[in-house]
Amino acid sequence: MDGQPLISKEIEDIHSSATPGETQPRLDFPPYRSSLLRHPTKDLRHVDPEGAELFAPVFGQSDVDVLEADLTIQAGGEPIGERITVRGRLIDGDGRPVRGQLIEVWQANSAGRYIHKRDQHPAPIDPNFTGVGRCLTDDDGNYLFTTIKPGPYPWRNHHNAWRPAHIHFSLFGTDFTQRMITQMYFPGDPLFALDPIYQSITDPAARDRLIAGYDHDESRHEWSMGYRWDIVLTGSHRTPMETEEDA
Amino acid sequence: MSSVMPTPGQTIGPFFHYALPFEFDRELVAREQPDAVRLHGYVLDGDGHGIQDAMIEIRQADASGHVPEVPGSLRRDGASFTGWGRSSTDPTGHYWFSTLEPGQTDPDSAPFIAVTVFARGLLNRLFTRIYLPDDEASLSIDPFLSGLDEQERQAMTAIREPDGHLRFDIRLQGPDQSVFLTYPRHAG
Ligand SMILES: [Fe+3]
Repeated sequence: MDGQPLISKEIEDIHSSATPGETQPRLDFPPYRSSLLRHPTKDLRHVDPEGAELFAPVFGQSDVDVLEADLTIQAGGEPIGERITVRGRLIDGDGRPVRGQLIEVWQANSAGRYIHKRDQHPAPIDPNFTGVGRCLTDDDGNYLFTTIKPGPYPWRNHHNAWRPAHIHFSLFGTDFTQRMITQMYFPGDPLFALDPIYQSITDPAARDRLIAGYDHDESRHEWSMGYRWDIVLTGSHRTPMETEEDA
Repeated sequence: MSSVMPTPGQTIGPFFHYALPFEFDRELVAREQPDAVRLHGYVLDGDGHGIQDAMIEIRQADASGHVPEVPGSLRRDGASFTGWGRSSTDPTGHYWFSTLEPGQTDPDSAPFIAVTVFARGLLNRLFTRIYLPDDEASLSIDPFLSGLDEQERQAMTAIREPDGHLRFDIRLQGPDQSVFLTYPRHAG
């Protein structure tokens, strides 16, 4: 199995030859070994969206229970770990709020273990924590989850590989073309430089956008630590229906 | 209007199965419904092996070509057609949907089903389209399809199986790779 020095060298070589402004991850990023046979080798084809591509799916109160935004109340007792809130705003590429749209999250528990049958990390499962949440954004695009800070976890990309702590986010806009899935990280994680998934984004400013900020005003007295993370989707292709005053 | 830098994507990873799939996620219409069609296929890697940790989502018009904007996909009521569905792949890389064949939304374009692809090992989502195989008239006048070569056109068109099902394989890599799309607002 390859070691961290080799992976780190590969990352460094790619970054040193990258031009600034590549703000999305490279699909072809060999230090992430799982990508070797799973990245397209032909260029993406440019197309103007039409038909169903111009309309994101719609979700409503019938689809999502408001309690699903609190990952600490899904079982009989309190999950173990550092209670946190993650709050932010979902906007599109023109700065407009994405209203009433579905956000799905999933994550490891505080020990770095997922409730997934293929997660073999010998860290304890927390019977009071599933690590799954959903919510709809409000009329200004805001979302809020209450959860437990996830732990880092080992994986088999290379010898002694560890993922920085993260929460997976699944996001929709107003167009189907804005659909995306990403990961939110926590500030100051010592694993950032070593992680080929995080480092697959070669532009450092873009990479930073995946890191939540600690926000003391969001921390609650004798209760929870607050993080803030805003999310920007690509631009919508539809002509906005509302005027600037409404938006 | 000023443009803001979009948040980068990241891989869906291997552990989404307990979070994203839901009951009836792939049944846009009930399988028993008379006009239901089974749309299915494999998600394959560069060696032609099925990918067991991929997830496909589709978005489409109804049979009349209207794109529904109604809630009710996560908790389906058995009556509304929401035009959106999600299918994770099984251990062989197979996915399936029970849906309707979309009608023509625009008189000058062939009907299609819009697709997003997610997988462990895939660092960002991919988009493609599934065109329907039978309507030669609309396929031949479609401006986008007309700009593709024959192999690409085939790669974007489902195969009608003898039992009426639609088969559409998604190949992430290799000489017969699927055609993946990028849209104007994805730039920059
Ligand atoms: Fe993860």
